[in-house]
Amino acid sequence: MKLTKAMLKISLHSLLAAATLAVAGQAFAAGGHALPYAFEPDTGNTASVRRGAANFMNYCSGCHSMRHLRYSRLGQDLGIPENLLKANLMFTSDKVGDHILSAMPAEAAKTWFGQQPPDLTLESRYRGPDWVYSYLMTFYVDPTRPLGTNNLVLPGASMPHVLWELQGLQVKSEAHAAEGEAAAAHGEAHGPQFELVAKGKLAPKEYEKFVADTVNFMTYAAEPGREHRISVGIKVVLFLILFSVLAYFMKREWWKDVH
Amino acid sequence: MAITPNPYKTTGLLGWIDDRFPLTKLWKDHLSEYYAPKNFNFWYFFGSLALLVLVNQLLTGIWLAMHYKPDAAQAWDSVEYIMRDVPWGNVLRYLHSTGASAFFIVVYLHMYRGILYGSHRKPRELIWIFGSLIFLVLMAEAFCGYVLPWGNMSYWGAQVIINLFGTVPFVGPDLVIWIQGDYIPSDATLNRLFSLHVVALPFVLVGLVVAHLIALHEVGSNNPDGVEIKKHKDPNTGIPLDGIPFHPYYTVKDIAGVGVFLIIFLGVVFFAPDGGGYLLEKPNFTPANPMSTPEHITPAWYFGAFYAMLRATPSFAGTQIWGVLVMFGAVALIFFLPWLDRSPVKSIRYKGPIFKIALALFTVSFVLLNYFGMQPPSALGTTISQIGTVVYFLFFLLMPFYTKIDKTKPVPERVTYEAH
Amino acid sequence: MSNQGVDPGRRRFLTLSTAVVGGAGVVAATVPFLASWKPSERAKALGAPVEIDISTLESGQRVTVAWRGKPVWVVRRTSEMLDGLKKVDSSLLDPESKQKQQPDYIKGEARAIKPELLVLIGSCTHLGCSPTFRPDHPAPEIDSNWQGGFYCPCHGSKFDLSGRVYKGVPAPLNLVVPPYRFASDTRIVIGEDPKGVA
Repeated sequence: MKLTKAMLKISLHSLLAAATLAVAGQAFAAGGHALPYAFEPDTGNTASVRRGAANFMNYCSGCHSMRHLRYSRLGQDLGIPENLLKANLMFTSDKVGDHILSAMPAEAAKTWFGQQPPDLTLESRYRGPDWVYSYLMTFYVDPTRPLGTNNLVLPGASMPHVLWELQGLQVKSEAHAAEGEAAAAHGEAHGPQFELVAKGKLAPKEYEKFVADTVNFMTYAAEPGREHRISVGIKVVLFLILFSVLAYFMKREWWKDVH
Repeated sequence: MAITPNPYKTTGLLGWIDDRFPLTKLWKDHLSEYYAPKNFNFWYFFGSLALLVLVNQLLTGIWLAMHYKPDAAQAWDSVEYIMRDVPWGNVLRYLHSTGASAFFIVVYLHMYRGILYGSHRKPRELIWIFGSLIFLVLMAEAFCGYVLPWGNMSYWGAQVIINLFGTVPFVGPDLVIWIQGDYIPSDATLNRLFSLHVVALPFVLVGLVVAHLIALHEVGSNNPDGVEIKKHKDPNTGIPLDGIPFHPYYTVKDIAGVGVFLIIFLGVVFFAPDGGGYLLEKPNFTPANPMSTPEHITPAWYFGAFYAMLRATPSFAGTQIWGVLVMFGAVALIFFLPWLDRSPVKSIRYKGPIFKIALALFTVSFVLLNYFGMQPPSALGTTISQIGTVVYFLFFLLMPFYTKIDKTKPVPERVTYEAH
Repeated sequence: MSNQGVDPGRRRFLTLSTAVVGGAGVVAATVPFLASWKPSERAKALGAPVEIDISTLESGQRVTVAWRGKPVWVVRRTSEMLDGLKKVDSSLLDPESKQKQQPDYIKGEARAIKPELLVLIGSCTHLGCSPTFRPDHPAPEIDSNWQGGFYCPCHGSKFDLSGRVYKGVPAPLNLVVPPYRFASDTRIVIGEDPKGVA
């Protein structure tokens, strides 16, 4: 008997150990290499998501579509009335039921950038919010690139630094670059070393907030049903706890018959 | 036109039915007068939970099929349509995608219970065989379902799994094209996998579950002591002394188990449906792209162990078929378990140290194989997977010898049970 | 099996309350399944109000537009047609449109916001066929008292030029007037109530 219990313990422990390993492994494998920034999105912050939506429509939607997200859904979830929606966010369509498509013709895009700018509806679920945040933070001046900028997390990105007027221009600080890469190789999240060479309209803190709003919006867009499912989930689990307690006492009562 | 009255002497509507259909008989045979050993423990919840998950999969699956389009040009969009445009569609989809993983967790634990307490031993060999078939069909069903969203992981998963058949000597490449109905996984492939996933395989699965239960209720349930309760019956009633009616005692117990299971299951469904990338893989959030393989192509977690065996087996004599044979062999061995175990006792409670060590090694190997099967290939992973594969096979193949020489403890006449 | 410590009252209470709570859970679990049959956001987007230009619609003519997938007719009625409406009152089942087959702001025998412009859903109230526009009269093969109207080819239901149903035909109700409003003198938005009408 004792050995059996020990056996079960061993089995369970090995299962648990594997689960822990799996979680650790997943963190490590998230991008192959660690990202310079970690970002925890907050889609419950409606004001931020709303600002992010405006950022996206103003700076991204010229080239990038969100072809699975409807304007009407956006308005409904973020509490934007239809007239404001039409006036401030809808640039490519006048029907609120339409999907957010980009204004750019696909063929022209291919000639300009070598490829069609990807649809961004699910980008933050595909790459992860950390990645999107890091991507928007780490454009730097690189004269070897055709458009003059490069990106730390997507080297050779064909997208220009659209937000340079806001962020300004930064260069990779050579002295710290090697150090940063070494840290990255160890899997540590480590802020990259950049030097701002041309100031943007926004102070660095304001730009960080701008990017955070944008990523919050993109995370919302990747799963508009997220807040709803969480609020339903809380009720469901509370209900099930009540049910399980009742069912447990019912079981105990009936099993008094069994000796 | 007199009819023979039914033996249960039921009257009214029930009596009318019982004269024509064995409703009361079915109720009694399978629930209220099915006598199960009273000493079932924690491990015995997973049978009824498997049934619950099966029902969940059938219902949510039927409902998803009402909105999904099995068309390579539309499948991906239709999944996002379900996630966004269909009222409650996201919940239906998460119930189904999480349910697939829950099915494997529950079935793995259910099978492990069988190994622990010798539930596959005589006279329950057929129950085990039906169960193994269920596992096999479940794997096929899960694979087909995995392909349907037609994300990039779906696509390359289909590519890799279908290409396993390419290793068959002589006809391999033609076989792959025949399975795909095209030169790559394509619309034709998606359409046939859809048909298998929603019609053929569920049909077979439900049939096998019925057979599994009929066989179980014919011979009666095993228990953690591995003793036959039918050996000691009440001389007057013929009811096993250690048996209790399944209903109400195990129905109320299983209902409590269902409550706890649902807290965990629906907790995942509502709060972590991605499961950290293990339940819904990140590369599947981008549509299928035949020109670009995801960075890390890994199978669904529940295939990890078998995939690790495939990868760990080196090619030999110019063919990769050995890995495929090892992988399918690992599943096939499960079927033979009832005849491999030669121990005079069924339950691990009375088995000797050799079996316990063998099972511990097997358990650790299986878990490690599963883990490394999901990781990108590495030298360490390959070595550990190779050792794990050998341990897995030896656990089965040497079982006739080590169970025979193992020192066992005396088995009690009656089950051990303490009321609480 | 002895029954020491068993409390039948407690047992009944626990069993009943678990059954009630569990039953409520099962009922709640049907919500996603039932709700998923409602029109999706896509269906709603496709069923959004449609705007049509009627500046080129001539007197006595009809145009058909699709709204929520159904044909919607707009007929510019002549004064002769409007006069004919009164003449058929006695042959009609519901001449005063008492049954709620039109929005509250649609009143009278013309069943229209502007009497000359009729807007109807072109779907028979019997089994949903789309009736034929028959402005010609007399037409004894349809009805002895025919002043022009709509005739359903499927089962012979008859409606006048306001979509009111004749007596003694399979269709039980007048044709439906959809919600609509005038965006301008020449543009009608179908699917939206006039401003200021809830």
